[in-house]
This record gives sequence, structure tokens and C-alpha cells, in this order.
Amino acid sequence: MKAISQTFQEISPADFFYRNREIAGFANPVRAIFSAIRELVENSLDATEPMGILPDIYIRLSNMSDEDENFYVLRVKDNGSGIPADYVPLAFCQFLFSSKYKLKQSRGTFGLGGTMTILYGQITTNKPVKVISSTGPPKIYEYTLMIDIQRNRPIVLDRRIYDNNDKWHGTIVEVNLEGDYPKAMPKILEYLKQTAIVNPYANITFVDPRGRLYKFERTVAKLPRQPRETLPHPHGIDVETVYRIIRITRCKTLLDFMQEHFHRVGKRTAQRFLEFAGFPEDADPKKLKPEEVVRLVQAMKNFNEFLPPDADCLSPLGEDILKAGILKELEPEFVAVTQRSPSAYSGHPFIVEVGIAYGGKIPVGEDLILYRFANKIPLVYDESGDVSWRIIKSINWRNYGLMPGMPFAVLVHICSTKIPWKTVGKEMIADRPEVSREILNGIRDVARQLGAYLSKKEKAKYEKTRLSIFAKYLPKIAEFSAKLAGKEKIPDIGELLRRARKIEED
Amino acid sequence: MKKISFSTREKRREVLARLERFGLDLYEQLEKGIFPNITMPSRSIDNIYYSPELRQYVLGDKKIKRSASNIRHLRPFAQLVWMAFFTHELTQNQKTSTLRDVFYSAQAYDISFKDQDESDDIITDLETILGCTREDFNVFPEESSAVFGDLTIEYTIPNYEGKRLNLTSHPDGVMIGPALTSAEFIETSADKVIAIEKGGLFTRFIEERVHERFNAILVFLRGQAPRSTRYFIRRLNQELGLPVYIFTDADPWGMHIAMVIISGSANAAHIRELTTPDAKWAGVWASDIINYKLPSDKLEDIDVKRLHELMRDPRYKDELWQREINVFMRIQRKCELEAFSRYGLTHIVDKYLPQRLKDLED
Repeated sequence: MKAISQTFQEISPADFFYRNREIAGFANPVRAIFSAIRELVENSLDATEPMGILPDIYIRLSNMSDEDENFYVLRVKDNGSGIPADYVPLAFCQFLFSSKYKLKQSRGTFGLGGTMTILYGQITTNKPVKVISSTGPPKIYEYTLMIDIQRNRPIVLDRRIYDNNDKWHGTIVEVNLEGDYPKAMPKILEYLKQTAIVNPYANITFVDPRGRLYKFERTVAKLPRQPRETLPHPHGIDVETVYRIIRITRCKTLLDFMQEHFHRVGKRTAQRFLEFAGFPEDADPKKLKPEEVVRLVQAMKNFNEFLPPDADCLSPLGEDILKAGILKELEPEFVAVTQRSPSAYSGHPFIVEVGIAYGGKIPVGEDLILYRFANKIPLVYDESGDVSWRIIKSINWRNYGLMPGMPFAVLVHICSTKIPWKTVGKEMIADRPEVSREILNGIRDVARQLGAYLSKKEKAKYEKTRLSIFAKYLPKIAEFSAKLAGKEKIPDIGELLRRARKIEED
Repeated sequence: MKKISFSTREKRREVLARLERFGLDLYEQLEKGIFPNITMPSRSIDNIYYSPELRQYVLGDKKIKRSASNIRHLRPFAQLVWMAFFTHELTQNQKTSTLRDVFYSAQAYDISFKDQDESDDIITDLETILGCTREDFNVFPEESSAVFGDLTIEYTIPNYEGKRLNLTSHPDGVMIGPALTSAEFIETSADKVIAIEKGGLFTRFIEERVHERFNAILVFLRGQAPRSTRYFIRRLNQELGLPVYIFTDADPWGMHIAMVIISGSANAAHIRELTTPDAKWAGVWASDIINYKLPSDKLEDIDVKRLHELMRDPRYKDELWQREINVFMRIQRKCELEAFSRYGLTHIVDKYLPQRLKDLED
């Protein structure tokens, strides 16, 4: 074997994302400006909603200068809880620093998006980011920051402190970046509109570079139920996670270890599991050999008697909020929504919510209209690869009195601690049988409701027509038979018309 | 010269009375506060039978009921009552109307027909209910045929009432329209009726003075005879007692023109007074093609198919028809009335006609 001389170079997470920015959605100026807005808006929503604050989000996109149209200043302001001053540089300018490393549903997972936006802005414009934040009086902090890409460290260029006399709390991020707004505009507006559908409790304002104002106003003052942090479910575990838990655990026995660190594992379940896995109950988790850890993880995946994960860690919209969002943004004539019971795939709990909107301002298109959401984020790219698209195309809509070409739209929202993405691009949901079954049943449920509405409407229309036929022809029959019979008086048909109405009611 | 009793005025009074009874029946149902209904014989195929006694198609016992409480019946119900009202007006005022006219007239009363077929259908309903023809209540089709011969008639229509006309007055014949249909027959010297399918021969017969030479009233059928013409022929036969001879092309279609005059059509099974059962198909027969060596054409597939249908038709069971159908099948030839011209323009009148009439009278 020939020895090869190689230079190994450790790269920082910031460097890694710099080199692989397309996976975070920053592949080109069109996609980048879309992703920048999306990431900052989602950060803002995550800074408000979980704290019980009704979000007010203001987005302004303007040209950096008059000369070059391809450079923009993006400013996003929220009324969130704000970031403690000392954490601001790390929160925005260090990769994999995040408040989101716990197991509950949230929009982002690793706090990657916000930092990625800043990184992208920096590498395209060589300008710093400005972050202004306050957790409330007495002070407001303003940072001017850059990222040391190779070392994955924030560089603080400037730090100012202001008095907070207006009791403001929240965060403002102002980033410079290269982009192509004219081309990205349709998707950005679609994204904001769909965000408004699943966040009807938010005020979202967008001012674009040409000064056009788009307002998405709050119509419900109620927030979705907040997720509770939970332990990982044994079905969804991997070797690395088990090692991390072993490192921090204080448990002396596997029996305690199982109960203490895993979701919905009680004493009896732990005992039965350890017997199934072939480990003594009093084995010390810290003394497990590497191959034993692997065997333990395999056994966790194969043991069928764990209770399914519960959905406390999820924050579905709820039927009322989903309905309100659909009514507000799509303005349909009819809407039906359903929330499926919690379910799980591979130990990850999820809930599917489905809506259907018909008529009103829903456009008539040649194809079906589908709106997809994951953890309250609209998915506006790569529709045709999504499991929901496959499902709505496979449904025989005629069974519900519907057909493509009628004005209706289907909305599918899946929320989970771990969305089953199809690709790293995070725009498509994968076709997991547990998930697709819930989506299909949800769509069937709302389609049935719409079908019932349409047939009722049809019946009411028919009834109206029916009565108008009686009202039109009975008088004619009375008139002409009276004339034929040579009678002056035309028979009174009022009673017959009343009875015609009753025939149908019977 | 025969003197004939008046008939059309009585007929009119009867029709008016039937229409009024129809209206009164509905009126009384309405007065009782019930949804009125009408019962009439069904005209569907499964209720049409051939009656050997009457020698025509008749309706069976199946009835259909139209009720004003049924949403699907309401529109035709109202159309029917209007139709009765409208034709009563026509008949009472001695005005006539074509089928097309009726269709348009409805609009003035806010009664709509989606097309003329629909209004024609309602007229047929009214015929079925009243048991008389639309000509009786003064509704006529557009097409008309003609008559020529020594028959004096007296008009009963307004402005012409009492005026008389001899049907030899016009060398083209007199159109069998509403006025003639409702005219009374006054007197005639004729002792037979000769009905002819085609206009060319009708004119030839007049030119050759067939009406004088054979003491005949000539009727031009213009192909398949309209109902007013069939009714007129029946009157000539029934009221004047004249035998009727029909001349058509020698093919299945010509045979059927004669047959509809004799035994009527399935479409008119609800009407009794359109047929002339004693009328005779006088030619041109298939056997004439052989016997008179007439120029002929080969039967087409569609002719053969039609012959097969006629062979099974109950109206064609008599010996003459069966014999001629068989001859057609055997020789696979057909010919037109004009084929006699091969032997000169007057041959048919000089030779064929006298012989045939003599044969049939015997």
C-alpha cells in the first residue's frame, strides 16, 4: 500500500456553511433574497409566539444605493422578547449557537437560518450586520457585527446603548445583501401571504424597494397552544444521542436511566424493555461498552411496547386559528378544517392539520391548488415532489362532487419535532406511510365536509327553482282552465303553492 | 248529382264542447283545492297495437297521468292547458294557425316552448285527450297538397262563409288547406277518387282530362300525404261514398304512402278519423314492372331492408301486399310512375289506367 501525503484542515461550522450555502437556500441572488426574508421573519415569529406575544413584524427591503439595483438593505423588526445584550453577538454571528436545541416543535432547528443570512450578506457585500435588541427597559443595545468565518466567532465592530423610554422590547436586524428582488417578488409575496394564513394572530407589514406596502393584518388575538419540552422517544434515538445522555446522566442503573431520560417510559416498561434487550436492570450506563450501546439502541428501535409519543411537545394551529387564517387571506365562500389525532413515525410525534377552501376569491385554475405548511412555515418551492401533492392528485375528487377546475384549494399543515423532510432543501415532505395516511384521511374529511356543503347548496338552489316553477305554472293552469271553462273567477292557488313548499320539506 | 248533409259545423261545435269540458274539469279540481291532474292514453310504443277490425293502429289501455303536483309535469301541463285555451280561441273565431304559428303564439302568453317539436308534441297530447285531429281545432301543418275534379264545396270560414266553389275551377288544382278542409261538400258528379303520389302525373292527368274520362276527383298527395289530405280523402270516401284508388311509385316507399292513407301510421294511433280502410293501392305494382316491361332500377340495400320490415308489418298481411313484396324481392327492381312515358306520354292514361281500374272494380 502506497502512503499518500495529505493535508487535513479542520474547518469551522461557519466555513462549512460558507462552502455549502446552497443547502441553506442561498444558491443564487433570487433564492437568497427569498431565503433571507424567510429566515428573519421566522426568527421573529419564534421570538414572539412562544413567549405569548402577539407578533408585530415589520419588514423593509430597500436598495443599498441608487447605482446598483442588485444590492439591498433588509430590515426586519419584531416585538419579541429580545435577546439579552451579552448573547447578541453569539446568537447572530456564531453558527450552531441557538436556543433551539431542545425537543419541542419550533420553526427552525439549529438557529442556522439567521446566521446564514448574515453570513451571506457579509460575503456578498462585505458589510457588517446591525442588530438592535432589548428585553425591555432600561436599555436598548445596538451592535454592529461581522462573522470571523474561519474561526466561527463574532467580531463586534461597534456597540451602543440607548435608553429605553418607550418600554420597547424586541429585535431589529438590518443586513446588507446581494439579491434579485424583481425575480424573487412573486415567491416572496406568496410566502408572506401563506405565512399570514398560518399566523393569523400576527401583524406582518412589508415595504418593498419600490415603496409598495403589503399589510397582512391580525384577525385573531389568540395564539396556538405552546409546545412543552419533552424527552426523546426511544424509537427516535441514535447512538450519538445515547452517548450524550450517558455523559450527563446521574443515573446509576439502566432501569433508572431508561425512566429518567426517555419519553413515556415508566418502571414496568423499562423492566420489560431491559429484559427484551438482554441487559441487567442494575447495569451502570456509564460502563456500557461501545458495542453494548449499539445493541441498546437497536433494541430500542425494535421493542414494540413503548407507548407512542404524546403530542404535548407539538404546537398545532388548532382548527379555529387555521380557519381564521384561511378566511382572512383566501376569502373563500366556504372553509372546512380538521385536526388529525396525534400520531408518530420513528418515535417522532406529529400532527396533521388540513383545510379546504371553496369559492369566493379562490381562483379557478386548470390544476388543483395546494398550500403546504410545516411547523407553521409555508413551503413554496418544489410542490410536485411533496407527498401532499401526490395524495391530492391521487384522490378521485368526483366522489366529493368536486373536480379540478372548480375553485377550491387544499391546505396541509404538518407539525412535528422532526419534520420528515425529503431533501436537505426542506421544501418537500417525504412519503412516510404514517404521515401520508394522516394527510389522506385529513383531506378526505374536509373534502367530505365540502361535498356536503355543495350538495346542500345545490339542494337549496334546486328547491328555489322548484318553487319558482310552481309559482310560474300553477297560475297559468288556473288562468287558462278558468277561461276555457268560461268562468270569470280564477281559482285561488295560494293554498296549493303553500303545499308545494311542504311537499319538499316532507 | 249527390246532395250531401252538412258536417263540419257540427264537428266544430263538438270540438269546442270537448275543449270546454276539459277546462271545466281542471277548474273544478282547482276549486276543490287539489292539484289538478289529467289522465290520457299512453302513446308509448308498448301501448300501440294494430287493430284488424279497424284496420289501423290504435292505442291500448295504458294511461298516463299528469299531475300539477309533479315538478316535471308542471311545464307540459301548463303548456297543454294553454294549448287547449288557444285552440278554443282559434276554433271559436274560425281562425286557423300553422304548427309554426302556434309555437310563436305561445310567447305572447308567457308560455314557452323550447322548439317547435315541443309544441307539436303538446298538440299531439291535446289530440289524444280530445280524440280529434288538430285540423279539427284549426291547427294545420305548413305543407299542403291539391285536389281537382267536379266537386262543389261551400266554405265555412269567416268572409267566405256560404261561398261555393267547383274544384275544376283552377287548372292547377285547389290547395287542400284549412279553408278547403273545413268546407262542406255540396255536390259532385264523380264516382271515384284517384290519388297520385307525384305532381308531374297529377298535372298530366288533368291535361288528359282523366277527371272527365274516368269520372274521378284527382288528389295530389305530394309524397307522404299530410294529415289534412288523408282526412280529406277519408271524407270523400265516407261522406260521398267514393272508392279511392292510389297510384304511387313501384318501390317500398310508394307502397307505404298508399298504406298510410289506407291504415294510418303508428304516430297517429291516437286518432281514429284519418284512415280510409277501403282505399286501394292501384299501382304501380312490382308485377307491373314485368307485365308492362317498364324501365326499372335495381333495389338499393335500404329498399330491401324496408321491404323486410314491411313484410312483418301487420298492415301488410293481405294477399296483394304480400304478393307484391315477394315480387319486389324476386326481381330486385323498382320503378317510378313516370316510367310509363317510355311508351309515350299518354300511354298510362290510355292503356294502363283503364285496365287497372277495371280489374280493381271487378
